[in-house]
Amino acid sequence: MKRALAVLLLVAAAGACAPAAPRAVEITIHYSHYSTSEVDVPAGVPITFTIRNDDPIDHEWMLGDMAMHERHRLGTEPVHTSRPDELTIPALSTRTTTLTFPTAMTLMYMCHLPGHEAYGMVGMLVAR
Amino acid sequence: MPRSVVFALALAFSMLTLAAPAFACGGLIGPNGAVNLLRTTTFVGYHDGVEHYVTAFQFAGGGGKFGSLTPLPGVPSNVEKGGSWTLQRLIRETQPIKAPVPLAFGAATRADAVEVLLETKIDALDITVLRGGGAAVGEWATAHGFRLPADAPAVLDFYADRSPIFLAAAFDADAAAARGQNVGDGTPVHITIPTANPWVPLRILALGKQANDPVQADVYLLTDRKPAILPLARGANGLTLAYDQTASKPLLDDLRSDTGMGWVPANGWLSQLRIDTNASTLSYDLAVDVQGHSPSRVAAGLESPGSTDPTPIALTMLAAAMAALILVAIREQRRTVLA
Repeated sequence: MKRALAVLLLVAAAGACAPAAPRAVEITIHYSHYSTSEVDVPAGVPITFTIRNDDPIDHEWMLGDMAMHERHRLGTEPVHTSRPDELTIPALSTRTTTLTFPTAMTLMYMCHLPGHEAYGMVGMLVAR
Repeated sequence: MPRSVVFALALAFSMLTLAAPAFACGGLIGPNGAVNLLRTTTFVGYHDGVEHYVTAFQFAGGGGKFGSLTPLPGVPSNVEKGGSWTLQRLIRETQPIKAPVPLAFGAATRADAVEVLLETKIDALDITVLRGGGAAVGEWATAHGFRLPADAPAVLDFYADRSPIFLAAAFDADAAAARGQNVGDGTPVHITIPTANPWVPLRILALGKQANDPVQADVYLLTDRKPAILPLARGANGLTLAYDQTASKPLLDDLRSDTGMGWVPANGWLSQLRIDTNASTLSYDLAVDVQGHSPSRVAAGLESPGSTDPTPIALTMLAAAMAALILVAIREQRRTVLA
C-alpha cells in the first residue's frame, strides 16, 4: 500500500514538474522555398517557431486559414510585425514567434510577396 | 579550362516604381511582378580574344526608375555607349531569311561581399559592375532599390558560381524624359570583355517569369569562323539557328563604321540564334567555342561548376578508341595478307 502511494505521488510530482514546455519548430527559407512543406504540432501547448531566411531578399511566413490568405493576396501591407502569426523575415535574418493552437486544426503558411506563393512558398501546419 | 566570356542579356529586375524602359535583351519585370513580354536583341562579336557585347535599353515612357542585372563571365575592360545602328543593321541583314533552320567555365569562388569594380553613366543609365557572390549581389541590389523576384536567389547563385561578375543598370526614366528622349528611343551599350570564348547567358531571360511565360530573344553572334555552340540548336529546346553563314562584306563594312566598332574584322561568320520558348524550358546558357570544337557544358549550364566537364575527356577517349580500332583493323588486314 505504501509503495503504491509512493508511485502515485511520484507521478503527480512528475506531472507538476512537467509544464507544457514550448515545442520548437525551425524552418529555413532558401531559394524562395520553405525547408519543410508540412509541420505537425501538438494542440494546446505553446510552439516556438524560428524562421531563418537564407536568401538575399525579404520573405514572409504568414500562418492562417484560406480566408486569411485570400485577404493577404490582395493586401497592401508591406511589412508584418504586429501579429505573432504574420512575420516578415528580412533578407538574411531570423525571426522567432510563439503560438498556441487551442484545438486540432489545419492551417497554411505562405509568403505573399509578389510571385512568391506561385513560386512555391507554401506549407501546411497541422495541430493535432 | 578556358573561361568563356559571357554576356548576358539584360534581366530586368524592377526597381522602385512605375517606369517602363525596355531592355533590348532581357525579360522585364514590372513593379507588381507582372512580366512584360518582349523579343530582345543582342549582338555578341568576338575577335582577337575579346568579346564585344552590344545591347540596347529602350525608353518606353513612364517615370521613376527601373533596373536590370546582368551576369558577366569576366571583368569588362570597357563599358561605353554603343553605336547607333549595329543592332538594326544586323536585323536587316538576317530578316530576308524566312525559314529558320531548326536544327571553361570553372567553379568560381563565392564571394561574401560585393566589390564595385566600375561605375559609369551612359545617358539615363547608371551602370555598375560588381564582383560578389549571389547573396552579396542580391543584398547590394536590394539596398539599391532593385526588387528581386522569387527566383533571383537561385539564379544569382547559379551565375555567381560560374563567374561572380555582374553588371547592374539602373534606368532613370525621369532623367530620360528630361534629356528629351522619346518613347522608343534606345540607349545602346557596348561592353568589352577579354575572354577565351564568348558566352551568352540565356537562363536569366526567364528571371521572374512564370513557368509557361514565353521567352523570346535574338542573339547575333559574329566570330572569325563558324563556331560550335552548346546546347545544339534543335528547335525543340527553344533554340533555333535562324541564320548561319559567312558575314557579307557590306555588313562588316557597315558594322565597322558604327561608333566603337572599328574592331570588326574583314572576314567573319554570322550566326543568328533565336530563342522562342517558355521560362521553364530555358534552363541553359549559350556556350560557344570559336575554334569550332567543344563548348563547355558547364558554361552552357548543363553541368555544375566543379564537376568534371566530360566533353574533352569524352572526345579524347573517343579518339583513342578510334585509333585503337584502326590499329586492330590494320593488324587484321596484315594477318589476312600474310595468311
